[in-house]
This record gives sequence, C-alpha cells and structure tokens, in this order.
Amino acid sequence: MEIPYTVEARNDTGLYNAKVGIWLFLASEVMLFGALFSSYILLRVGADPGTWPHGLLNIPIGTFNTAVLITSSVTVVLSWAALQMRNFAKYRKFQAITIACALGFLGIKTFEYREKFGHYEVWLKNPITVKHGDKEVQTDRLLGHIEFQGTHPSFWSTATLAAKQVESFKFEPDPFHYTMTAREMAHAKKAAAGKPHEVIEIKSADVKRLSAFVPAHSTYFGIYFTLTALHALHVLGGALVIAYLWGPGAKMWKTEPERYINRVEVSGLFWHFVDLVWIFLFPVLYLL
Amino acid sequence: MDATTHAAHLHETHDAHHEEVGFLRKYVFSTDHKIIGVQYGFTALLFLLLGFLLMACMRWSIAYPGLPIPVVGGLLEKLFGSDVAAGGVLSPDLYNSFGAMHGTIMVFLAIVPLAFAAFGNYVVPLQIGAVDMAFPRVNMASFQCYFLGGVVMFASFFIPGGAAKSGWTSYSPLATMADLGHRFDGQTFWLIGMVLLITSSLLGAVNFIATIIQLRAPGMTWMRMPFFCWAQFVTAFLLLLAFPPLEAAGIMQLMDNLFGTSFFLPTGLIVAGNPVDVSGGGSPLLWQHLFWFLGHPEVYVLILPAMGIVAEIIANNTRKPIWGYKSLVYSAFAIGFLSFIVWAHHMYVTGMGTKISTFFQTTTMIISIPSVIILTCLFISLWGGSIRFNTPMLFVLAFLPMFGIGGLTGLPLGFNYSDLHLHDTYYVIAHFHYVVAPGTIFALFAGIYYWFPKITGRMMNETLGKIHFWLSLIFMNLVFMPMFAQGMAGMLRRMYNGGATYATTDGEVGLPAAILKANIGVTHAAFFLGLAQLPFIFNFFWSIKNGKKVTSDNPWDATTLEWQTPTPPPHGNFTKPVVAHRGPYEYSVPGAATDFTPQSEPDKKH
Amino acid sequence: MGHSHSPSHSNAGSADHAQEVARHVKVYITVFIALLVGTVVTVALNYLHFESMTVTVAIALFVATVKAFLVAGYFMHLISEKKAIYAILVSTIFFFAAMMYLTVWSRGQLPWGTRYLSSPTPGAPAGQIGH
Repeated sequence: MEIPYTVEARNDTGLYNAKVGIWLFLASEVMLFGALFSSYILLRVGADPGTWPHGLLNIPIGTFNTAVLITSSVTVVLSWAALQMRNFAKYRKFQAITIACALGFLGIKTFEYREKFGHYEVWLKNPITVKHGDKEVQTDRLLGHIEFQGTHPSFWSTATLAAKQVESFKFEPDPFHYTMTAREMAHAKKAAAGKPHEVIEIKSADVKRLSAFVPAHSTYFGIYFTLTALHALHVLGGALVIAYLWGPGAKMWKTEPERYINRVEVSGLFWHFVDLVWIFLFPVLYLL
Repeated sequence: MDATTHAAHLHETHDAHHEEVGFLRKYVFSTDHKIIGVQYGFTALLFLLLGFLLMACMRWSIAYPGLPIPVVGGLLEKLFGSDVAAGGVLSPDLYNSFGAMHGTIMVFLAIVPLAFAAFGNYVVPLQIGAVDMAFPRVNMASFQCYFLGGVVMFASFFIPGGAAKSGWTSYSPLATMADLGHRFDGQTFWLIGMVLLITSSLLGAVNFIATIIQLRAPGMTWMRMPFFCWAQFVTAFLLLLAFPPLEAAGIMQLMDNLFGTSFFLPTGLIVAGNPVDVSGGGSPLLWQHLFWFLGHPEVYVLILPAMGIVAEIIANNTRKPIWGYKSLVYSAFAIGFLSFIVWAHHMYVTGMGTKISTFFQTTTMIISIPSVIILTCLFISLWGGSIRFNTPMLFVLAFLPMFGIGGLTGLPLGFNYSDLHLHDTYYVIAHFHYVVAPGTIFALFAGIYYWFPKITGRMMNETLGKIHFWLSLIFMNLVFMPMFAQGMAGMLRRMYNGGATYATTDGEVGLPAAILKANIGVTHAAFFLGLAQLPFIFNFFWSIKNGKKVTSDNPWDATTLEWQTPTPPPHGNFTKPVVAHRGPYEYSVPGAATDFTPQSEPDKKH
Repeated sequence: MGHSHSPSHSNAGSADHAQEVARHVKVYITVFIALLVGTVVTVALNYLHFESMTVTVAIALFVATVKAFLVAGYFMHLISEKKAIYAILVSTIFFFAAMMYLTVWSRGQLPWGTRYLSSPTPGAPAGQIGH
C-alpha cells in the first residue's frame, strides 16, 4: 500500500500532499493569530484613557531581533535553493545559520522578558512629587525599579508586599510615565539622560496596587506576553523541525532526495509564516 | 467481489504481503484510517453515554429537587464527596458542573468525533477510492489528542472543586471567578482539554481536506463525489477555520485563570462584595465573540455530516438518484460560508446596537435558505421511490421531520425581538436538541446500522433495530416537545430545581403549576429514552459476534465505492486499482441489468 | 516573476534549472534587503513622533503589509502558486476579515450610555486610541 503524491505532484492540482497540508495548517494559523490581533484591537480601542501602556519596550533590541528573524527567513529560502542545485553542503551551512538565528531570537526574547519582570508600576493612594525629565510633577502612578535589601526583585505584586510583610521598600522612579504622549516621553527621557536616578522610599501602606510588567499588569502586557510567547513557541517548534531535518532527518537526502527537498520546502513555508507574524507583531506591540 | 471469506475473519485480515504487526500497533497506535475511525467511534459512543447519564441526574434534580437520586445517588456521594452530593442529592454546584460537562461532552467529545472523525475517517477514503488518508500518522496523532482531551475533561470531575461549572459556553467573568478557591480548578482543566480537542480537530481537518483534494481515485471528479464526502469536506473547512479563534480565546482565558490577566474581566469587577485584585480593562463580550465565532459554525459541523449520511441512505433505500445533487453540494457550500457571519445572533441580549443586530439577523435568515434547500431535496428524493423500510432508513425518515422541527423553531431565535423573550429559556434547549438529538443522533444511528456490515461483515438485528427506533422516536419527542411550552412560558434554563423558585399558584407573574409539572413528565420520558437505548447497545455488541453474516460485499446493493472493497476492507482498502466511471447515485438506470450501477462499473459502450 | 518556482519535477541537473534557481537567489537577496530597509524605515519614522496617531498607525501597518507581501510572495513563492492554494487562502482571508471587521464593528455599535462608551471627555469618539 503506497499513498500516492507524497513526492510527485498530482496532475490536476499540481501539488504534492504535504504542500496542501502545510497551507491548510497555515490557514488555521492565520485564524489563530488573526483572532489574537482582533482581540488586541478590541482591547485597545476599549481601554480607558491612561491604561494602555506604550513606549515601554526596548525598540533597538526589538529592531535587532526583527533583523535576526528576517535573516533566518532568507537563509531558509537560500538553503532550499541550494538543495535544488543539489548542493547539500551549502544547504547545511545556510540552515545552520537559520538555527543559530532562531536560538539567538529566543535568547534575546528571554532577555527582554527578564528585563520586564523586574520593572514595576506602582499605584499610590496619594499623589507624590517626582521628577519627569526636567519638570516636577504630582502623580500617584510611578514606573521604576524596586530595591529591597540590596536586591532588585522580580515578579512582585500587591500580594507579595503582604506575604513578605514588607513595611517599606526603595523605589527608583523612571523620569516618565506612559500617560504622556510618545513625544513627551522621548523628551523627558532625553532631559533625564546622564543624570543620577532619584531613589525614594515607599511605604507598603501607601500602595494601592503594585505590579511588575507581567501579563497581569494590564491588558496591554497581557496581550504582549500572550502573542510573543505564542510566537516564540512557533519559533521553537519551527527550529526543532529544521534542526531535525538538518541532523538525523538528513538520511533521507541519500534515499529519497526529492521527498527531502519537499520536506525542507514545507518546513520553510512554516518558518516564513512565523517570520510574517513577527513582521506584524513588531510594529503593533513595540511602536504603536 | 467474494466477501464471505474475508467477512469471516474480522480479526485476522492480513494479506500475505502485509507484515504482521503487534496488537498495539494494530489497534492502539494504528495509522489505518479504518481502525482510527473505529477508535473514534467507540470512544465517542462511550462519551455519548456519559453525557446522557449526566443529563439523567440533572433531569432528576429538575423534577424532584432536593430528593436523593435513585440507584446512583449513593455512588455519586462516594465519587464526589458529601459536600456536593450529600445523601445522593445533587447540589446546585454539582448540577452546574454536570450541566457544563453535559454540553461539552456531547458537543466536543461525542457528536463531532462520531459524526466527523469516526464516520469521516472510516467512510471518506473508501468512498473516494483512496488507499488511506493523506497523512496517516497525523491521523493517529489526531485521535491521540482527542483521547487525551477526553481524559483531561473526565479527570476534571475528580479534582478539588470539581469540573467546570460555567456552562458549556464558559462565559467570562463567571468562568474565571466561579472557583476562586482553587488555582487549578475545573475551568483550567476544561481549557486544557479544549486546547487538546481543538488540536485534534485541526489535525483531522487538515487531513480530510488534503485527502479529498489529493487522493480521489482516477475518474472520481468533484461532481462524482458522494454527497457525504462533500458534507465532510465543508465540515473540515469549518473546523479548520472556526476553531482557532476559540483556541485563541481559550489561551486568553487560561491566562486570566492562571496568570491573573484581565482579557475578559472588566474594570471595577466586584465578586461577593469585594473588588477583585486585577487590572481590569478587559471585555467579557470579546470572549462571547470568539466563542460564538466557533460556536455557530460548530452547529453546522454537527449537522452537515448527518445530512451526508442521510443523503447516502435515502438514495440507497429509495433506489433512485438523490434529487438535486448539485443543489445539495452548492447549498452545503453556501451554509459553510454563511455560517461564519451569523455568530452574534447568540448575543442579541448583550445589548448590541440595532445596526449590527440587524446585520446578524439578516444573515441568519439567509442561512436558513440553503438548509431548507437541502431538506427539500432530501424530501423530494423520497417521491416515487420504492422505499425499503429497514432500520437505517427508518432513522433517516425520522431525521427529516425532526430536523425540520429543530430548524423551523430556530427562526424565532434568529429574530432579535422574539429572541429577547426566548433567550436562555427551555425553548432554546428544545430547539437545538431537536436539531442535534433526534436530528444528528438519529442520522448517526442510521449510519451505524448502515455501515456496520461493512465494518464487521455482519448485519445488525432488524427487530431490535426497529424496537430501538420506535421507542427512541416516541420518547425523544416526549422529552423535547414540552420544553417548547415551558420555554415560551418563560422558564429559564440552568436552574437546578427546574424553576421551582418561580412557582406561582394564583396566576400572578411566575411559572404556573402545569408548566412545572411538565418537568416530571419530561424526566420520566428521558429515563425511558435511556432504556430505549438498551436494545441498541445489546444489538451492537451481540451482532459483532453473532449477527447474520453478509453474503456479499455489497449487502445493501449500493453504488458508492466503499461497497466495492472486501469486507471488512484490508489495510490499503482496495484489492485492485479502482476507477470511477459514473456519478454516485446511479440507481434504477433504465436498461441496466440491476437496479444499481456501481461507480466503478465501466460503461458498456466502450 | 510569472515563472514556476516549483522544483520537484524539473530535471535538477539541467543548466536551465540551475540558471533559474540562480535567478531566484538574486530575487531572494533583493527581497531580504528590502525587508531590512522596511524595518529601518518603520523604526526611523517612529522616532519622528507624528502628532496624529492615525498617521503613525497607517505608516507602520502599510510598511508591515508591504513586507508581508514580499515574504509571502517571494519567500513562500505565492506569486506563482497553484490554484488550489489560492482558493484556500482567499477563503481564509474572507473569514479572517469577517471576524475582525464584525467584532470591531459590534464594539463601536454598543448603545450610548453604556459603560464602554462613557468617556471623561463628553462627545469624544468611542474608539479613542492610546493616551
């Protein structure tokens, strides 16, 4: 019993089975990410004024990561072209770059995540005066970092203060807040650059809410972490498949080269889709 | 064409050139579409039974609130503890769990796997003349995901706090707030189970579509495909494209439950008098949108395969071609497309604006047109036929009016002004159960009786089958017909005591005694409906070993290709290359030797 | 770019095929550079901080869409794909558009006076973006 069209294309469709399969799968992926993007729009236009953070992600790092992913996409397609030219060594070289890029992307993403987990917003019961850029402002919402007993803890929340019986903690407020416009934020950052951080003492009794930049912080960070984590899972899955074909799966090149090329093409199609999702994720989450 | 030799060896159908495989590879980790179909069938039938039993317990609580459930009451107390089932009485919490899980199990673990995965897997490759599905290992993974999803759902009954209790629709914020005492609560299990089930149907859907596009036998052009395959094709597209948004919603609700996000939790949420410590800013309506974006196409996932089965059996037992084959195909497509843009008719009472309500009301009315075309074609197909009233045909004949009742009673729910009154009442329950229970389930029974001889090589007993049919038909109607009246009287669903709180005796606002009394009649009818399934269960298992052996590979004198294989079909299905020479329903062709001309029969003129 | 990118059946050893693949490689490199340029342009324009949110969104999404078309069209060789694939994708796009449009529309259609539309500045449009 042989299932037909695993290698050669069927006459009337001009396609082999796996290609139909992967495109169907990608169609469902479009709906999956599409639903999350729709949710993003709905949550964003429904957000109360001042509750939708912006300008808190690291744009240079995000840009660099975008370039990493684009590079991996072009090496995938070049490796496939190399295989069509029957140049297996070149294929392996290009796919090695792809896998390295994938790991690099995930590594950078991990670094970004960690940075966020130790960055806080604190909502105070009564406004205090802090410096935003070169201006003194009265505010009850501060962004910044916690210093507690010589460490910079991550993942703290209002509940942590009670659980650890923290009476007060040191806080290094950022010289800006996302309730400003993008232009004001840029201006405040520039004005504060190079100047020493002020450190204030905050009593737990004065804290209305405390949250690190974790999914629970706001619907923005919720959708940011959900979308990017789901995307990272796709990167991981794609990298595993490509690595499998690069390593143990490469045996097939000797026995059924045409089928092997098909497999590389199909894994490549998935990889490009992952790249394509990021092309939208990056501006939507980092820039807008 | 000699079947008897094959038919005798259900368990030993090895052709000489097939390597021997162990029991595990053959029946548990099989990649053969037929074995996978049977695996799906057995598992789904078990869940169908479980779903029914949950419902039976709920019905008792509705009719006799506060009284211990007879027979199984003690068992329930042992299983779920005396805090929720003290003395065998269903507590409101446990009732809610049973209700949510009844819906979930029936829709996602019983009917869809049975209609789409079981019948589709077994029959579609045979009907299009393929050796197997396009991706056999993906097919196996699909079943395993389904099975695992079922295990997770089932296990959730026994965790602290019990199974999900926020309805099968799991509306937020209730779904997140229902069980705050437990971090991994029933709802979390529900969501993980759903993600597995969605993965399963995604893999299945990819496989079905690729198989139908790529593996049709030579000569099996699109318009020569049996309608059943068309129905499965459209169904697969619905699953492929409508399920992912629910998966996205499921992931977001999982985040709400486990990581404290507020995707579906509004600002200023107060539970039990206390503000909840979340950021807020989410939208409960978003969950409803994403849920019903799947939820409505899901209705057609439930009904289209059933219509496919019905078309096959009608053509076979009227001994004439289906009337309006092309209309059926185009209508199935129209249903598929339209089903994606009607979902918010489940949400009229959420306070949507009038413009958007009108839009969804209009599309809802339009989608009834192709449904009516299909039903009409099937009815007209009966005209002038010499009908064989065997068990599968009886079930199919009952399907037509039952589905008709279910469909027509849906119209008042599709209009937003009448829906305002009927929403969330027993009228809704009666409406969709008429579509799914005496509709889809009857078609599935018909399919089991019809394809049983191909799968086992033996016929099911006709007498028992007819007893099963008549009792089921009578009690189905006795269960669901009174619910229309109850619903129109304003009786709401999801009340563990069947509305006793709203009883009125003096004619003032409330539920009159006659309406509440109907609860008791319905409950008894439901128990009898359960008893009516015993002949089927007995018949099913008895016939596997002792049924009348088939005397040919084609016991129903059918035209489609699944009957051109040995019985049961071996791994790889066809013993010789199969070619389709004609359309699927060439019955009683003038001048032909027999009253059926199989699709694989070449034209004599050549 | 109307020629076929499908490699599987052509005679791989032939000079024609090698030439065609070499030509594709050039296209891939060009697309790669275009993608990098697009990324830089988006980020650079973002640092200009336009007053109007609409302009910012429009620019970012326009560049992203162009980039997406480049990836899908050339890397995924959709520019010369078979009809069956187009059919699958067109129906997907239709359903995706329906989902996004109708969901967002339904939000803008909530009756006046409900919480979702109560905004501190009376008369402000419902879907106020950002700050």
